[in-house]
Amino acid sequence: MHFLPTDEQRELQQGVRELLADRFPLDRLPQGFDSAAWRALDETGVFGLRTELDLGLAEAVLVFEELGRAAVPGPLVATFLAGDRADGPVALVEADQTPLLVAHLDIATAALVLDSDVRLAPTPTGRPVDEPIDPLSPLHELDAVPAGEVLADLDVTRTRLEGAVLTGALQVGLAARLTQLSVGYAGEREQFGRSIGGFQAVKHICADMFVRAELARVAVHAAAVTLDALDDEAPRLVHGAKLLADEAAVTNGRAAVQVHGGMGFTWEVPVHYFLKRAWLHATEFGTADDHAEALAELL
Amino acid sequence: MDLRYSPAEQEFRSELRDWLTRTLPTVPPKPNANDWAARRDYDTGWQRMLHDAGYAGINWPKEYGGRGATPTEQLIFLEESERAGAPYVGVNFVGLLHAGPTLIAEGSDEQRAAHLPSILRGEQVWCQGFSEPDAGSDLASLRTRAVRDGDHYVVNGRKLWTSYAPIADYCELLVRTDPDATKHKGITWLILPMNTPGIDIRPLPTVLGSTEFSEVYLDDVRVPVSNRVGEENDGWRVTMVTLSFERGTAWVDQIVDSQRLASDLVAIARKVTRHGASAWDDRGLRRDVAHLAAEFDALWALTKRGVSEAQATGVPGVGASVLKLRLTEARQRLMDLAARVLDRAALSRTDIAGLPGGEFVEERINSLSYTIAAGTSQIQRNIVGERILGLPRER
Repeated sequence: MHFLPTDEQRELQQGVRELLADRFPLDRLPQGFDSAAWRALDETGVFGLRTELDLGLAEAVLVFEELGRAAVPGPLVATFLAGDRADGPVALVEADQTPLLVAHLDIATAALVLDSDVRLAPTPTGRPVDEPIDPLSPLHELDAVPAGEVLADLDVTRTRLEGAVLTGALQVGLAARLTQLSVGYAGEREQFGRSIGGFQAVKHICADMFVRAELARVAVHAAAVTLDALDDEAPRLVHGAKLLADEAAVTNGRAAVQVHGGMGFTWEVPVHYFLKRAWLHATEFGTADDHAEALAELL
Repeated sequence: MDLRYSPAEQEFRSELRDWLTRTLPTVPPKPNANDWAARRDYDTGWQRMLHDAGYAGINWPKEYGGRGATPTEQLIFLEESERAGAPYVGVNFVGLLHAGPTLIAEGSDEQRAAHLPSILRGEQVWCQGFSEPDAGSDLASLRTRAVRDGDHYVVNGRKLWTSYAPIADYCELLVRTDPDATKHKGITWLILPMNTPGIDIRPLPTVLGSTEFSEVYLDDVRVPVSNRVGEENDGWRVTMVTLSFERGTAWVDQIVDSQRLASDLVAIARKVTRHGASAWDDRGLRRDVAHLAAEFDALWALTKRGVSEAQATGVPGVGASVLKLRLTEARQRLMDLAARVLDRAALSRTDIAGLPGGEFVEERINSLSYTIAAGTSQIQRNIVGERILGLPRER
């Protein structure tokens, strides 16, 4: 047993982190979807990890954690799952959702439809949602689930589990970045003549943020490795991982706003983008409640 | 990242499993919790069986009589022992996990020869004399005084939370030898034979009603200077080196046990009727149990990560505080959840109404200690905040 990233896996993750620091730094985030950064990710092989580089979910979750850490806007998970079956961003349609809201339809070249089967459909049209909660993830409402071509080689149960663990990895990245932003702020901001991070009341919020992100990360890693190994334990671990990752991202988002105080409630500080993204991901590939109930069935 | 075990690790597991299957039926019944003489016999008897089978001191180096197992083998040992329901380390805890490793790292050859083989054979029981009434989380402020008198130290003071004191042969004792130095600098580590005159042991009943802890009063207790481990006034460092023996496996038995208890709780919930339906039909309950199961699974994965780090680098990573914080709090929540399912049956510490609830109720009380012992949750959060995140120190 060696449950640590290998040197190659570390290098892959570090490479993506550096690429994003260069091509999609935090000050670019408010501009939303960045087609140049997307192309750079595509050319690096982020969406072809499996199909082009013959790597597994163990590698994918390390990369997706970085995408989450940078809060890269776009339909990342569906594009990965579609693999080489489509070019460009692929929007995600989950047929069992109400209302039927689809993110990033505006820039998508196709849609991956998760229904009783997995289908690839031409980009459907829908009514734009006036004010989506995540300003960087535009939403459209569909009247009907698109038809499309059945992807017979994709098992829908497996695809949902893969989507859940990859979305969990994005949430872990958000949760970790929120911790980093809060620790940075708590170390700089002074009140009562000292930095607020020295007060236990603030320090302990930051400590809990770190703990949540670490536990969720290791859960996501275990789920990914177990899925790669086609182990029977995989569904249980995926349900647990998505549940803990959603909780880590959303709870850390709230905590980060609290640590940033009044500034946390402003558009000036980037924390709100991360929290709003976490709220979006928390509804994708099953909510925490869905996964809790699915896990309970396995107990 | 690989969670699969190597052929050698699988071989180790299967040999151990065979041995446990053969041996556990020969273990005598568990004694009464407050019968300390019987508990000593039971726990040291098990230690002797481990010793004779080559499993004693699983993580101790071979040159000191241990097995010299890898961190992963240690993980497997603890996991299999817990799943098989083997006896716990019990009264051997301080000797095997603290005093022994300290002597290995810092003791003299004479000290090692006098204690290590006996600890491994289950012939020598140790207790810990660290905490004091006014030195808990702030251990380094301890005040038990040792004054040199020829080739002896004369010790006066009071120690608290000393488990196994009434049946221990030796005590690892921290004393203040230089009251003028800064608090970490004036401490010395002594081996105190518990049959020395001047030791008065008074039991301190816990909320369980058990006599797990004692207060130990030391009145002009004479300890030979040759019983000092390390240099005078260097005891704080001597105490800390033992931490390097920690290989990320401190909570294996509790995690494995918590996974089992979560399954047992589901079985109870299926059996219990509430509002005309099975308690397990309650979605809220199902979600809460699943949430805890997810946490225990994640903590198990975190343990494997820590063990892998220990195997790769010699020391476990940052996971120790994370693990302790989340496990202890999750374990308390599990017991509260069990009480929700058991309803009025949670008022009895022994099984009642045909439900196997006694274990949960007893542990509901016992688990109150987990967020206090071995570094309170508040201290753990300080450690995470200061040592891992680099936030300013409290003082």
